[in-house]
Amino acid sequence: MTNSYLKEVVNKTYPYGFVTSIDADAIPPGLSEETVHAIWQKKNEPEFMLEWRLRAYRHWLTLKPPRWAHLNYPEIDYQNIIYYSAPRSNNNGPKSLDEVDPKLLDTYEKLGIPLHERSRLAGVAVDAVFDSVSVATTFKAKLAEAGVIFCPFSESLQKYPELIEKYLGTVVSYRDNFFASLNSAVFSDGSFVYIPKGVRCPMELSTYFRINAAKTGQFERTLIIADEGSYVSYLEGCTAPMRDENQLHAAVVELVALDNAQIKYSTVQNWYPGDAEGRGGIFNFVTKRGLCRGVNSKISWTQIETGSAITWKYPSVVLQGDHSVGEFYSVALTHNHQQADTGTKMIHIGKNTRSTILSKGIAAGHGQNTYRGLVRMLPTAQHARNYTQCDSLLLSSTCGAHTFPVIEAKNPTARIEHEASTAKIGEDQLFYCRQRGLRVEDAVSMIVNGFCKQVFKELPMEFAVEAQKLLEVSLEGSVG
Amino acid sequence: MLNINNLHVSIQDEKQNSKPILRGVTLNIKPGEVHAIMGPNGSGKSTLANVLAGREEYQIQQGAVQFNNVDLLSLNPEQRAAQGLFLAFQYPVEIPGVNNMYFLRSALNSLRKQRELPPLDAADFLMLVKNKIKEVGLSENFLQRAVNEGFSGGEKKRNEILQMLLLEPRFMILDETDSGLDIDALQMVAKCVNRLRDAKRSMLVVTHYQRLLDYIEPDVVHVMAQGRLLKSGDKSLALELEQKGYGWLDINASEAQA
Repeated sequence: MTNSYLKEVVNKTYPYGFVTSIDADAIPPGLSEETVHAIWQKKNEPEFMLEWRLRAYRHWLTLKPPRWAHLNYPEIDYQNIIYYSAPRSNNNGPKSLDEVDPKLLDTYEKLGIPLHERSRLAGVAVDAVFDSVSVATTFKAKLAEAGVIFCPFSESLQKYPELIEKYLGTVVSYRDNFFASLNSAVFSDGSFVYIPKGVRCPMELSTYFRINAAKTGQFERTLIIADEGSYVSYLEGCTAPMRDENQLHAAVVELVALDNAQIKYSTVQNWYPGDAEGRGGIFNFVTKRGLCRGVNSKISWTQIETGSAITWKYPSVVLQGDHSVGEFYSVALTHNHQQADTGTKMIHIGKNTRSTILSKGIAAGHGQNTYRGLVRMLPTAQHARNYTQCDSLLLSSTCGAHTFPVIEAKNPTARIEHEASTAKIGEDQLFYCRQRGLRVEDAVSMIVNGFCKQVFKELPMEFAVEAQKLLEVSLEGSVG
Repeated sequence: MLNINNLHVSIQDEKQNSKPILRGVTLNIKPGEVHAIMGPNGSGKSTLANVLAGREEYQIQQGAVQFNNVDLLSLNPEQRAAQGLFLAFQYPVEIPGVNNMYFLRSALNSLRKQRELPPLDAADFLMLVKNKIKEVGLSENFLQRAVNEGFSGGEKKRNEILQMLLLEPRFMILDETDSGLDIDALQMVAKCVNRLRDAKRSMLVVTHYQRLLDYIEPDVVHVMAQGRLLKSGDKSLALELEQKGYGWLDINASEAQA
């Protein structure tokens, strides 16, 4: 029925699939202690990092890749991946934007992320990560005035090694899981943020990740520390060229919120999803976790996941401080042959801790969409509360939606609520909209946007509109 | 304006068997005319309304429909809407998360685009909709709610009429708009509908009860049963049906002749 009238909808291709031709300085493919050593050397890192990386690598050797997720993909050959690739022009790191290779500036311009002084995104400071290294960071001076540190991870290791040594691995240890261990051994760059006591970060911070080189994995690490009473809103975006082979992205993000601090972390993930037949696309295996260490601290994750062939990520919050708050808002869309196994973990340790989980999964084509969540109330979590809502929307008869919620309550005063729903996009809703004169694609995107509204409203204003448009593009030709 | 000629329509049941619903409907509606279709449950009234609006789960087996000399059955639902055909739904659907005002403006602008008219901006539209919403007796906060979500039955029907007032169709189909309405709401709906009546607009009113026709006076009344129009007449036919029920029409006899 719907099939017949939805055939007219055109399939739009991934708009960010171009490749930038740029000379790269890369380490040959393969992984060994020498690779780890070479990365450490290239980054000219302090001594403690080499030990840490090697410990991570040796631990990784003892691990097997996780296979419990509802995902189907071939074995990854870790010896066939390039672990470090940097634009050659970037060798010593640009001192200012004037020194950044114009090809790189063009690349980001094409992606809608202008780095030039005059055309920058208003009110948003951007760190641009290209393959393994950060190529530019905007608004550094303005942020420095407020005492905010926002710089490439590699720079932070040179300038603030004591902060890194104190916090690195305290939320996601190098032993945490297969991909986190791998990342700890070989990560090459990422962003570092420190918000001092009592400071409300004057602008949105944003990192834009771009994979460009072929056969290259991207392993970035982000560490955000919000000191007492501070606030920061941070956004990450990601794209990659269209290629027939799969590329690995294994990132780690650690957030630390001290007393009364708040971190709002938003992701618009649009890695190349592969083609309509399921060839190519990014394998996205990411470990993201926030630690609400202080009392009254708050960490919110908002994610819009529309890209990647495989998504494996569970942005989590450990609610250690009393009265701390954790939130997870997610829209995950799988189209064609994309597979997503995503969700969150809320670990309640402190008294009166509260968490909210709102997950919206949309599956189209042959997409498989899984919500996996853990809510754990430890014996110390007096009067802790959780509310979970998981909704799935199916746009075709060949897609799938799955929900695996796990609840562990070890404190009798804890309260946990869980609601879940699955619906197929209504013929009735579509017909109603069309009878009023709306075209099919407008009707579909209107209905889907309505479905996601509660999540979109959690995004920073500047990006909420972007997210809606992204969803429209990703959805074209999806109903049937 | 609307010419339905020997229309046969069926639907597939769960076992993929084709089940006939309309079995040779012929109906001509001239500009300015109001036609009412009455009939027992399951007679095919709502099917006719939905087929005219372009609902796709029905199969057209035979027959043709001309709408202002256009082959209506060759158009998709949004093209029919652009031609000026409007269906006030029997059961208006809820669209969670979609702002009613945004929906109304998108619909109007989509129609305007198909008619090669410039879109109305938010301010102009707000003026327009604020006037119209008063006429249907809904408060302005319904504009900020999600489309039909949590509306009562009567509020949903008023919202349908609001859309009709905004979109100003040339041909309106009211599918049991009176069901679920109290007498005050019924009068208000009728008032709005009557205001749209003019020499160029036509209407097809589907109803079970004669009551609605007290307020929206039809030019022609048809009785439908088992997928056919059995009898047509002026509004006195509606009164007769109200008194005698449908039994006297001898539905079975006409079935035997088929």
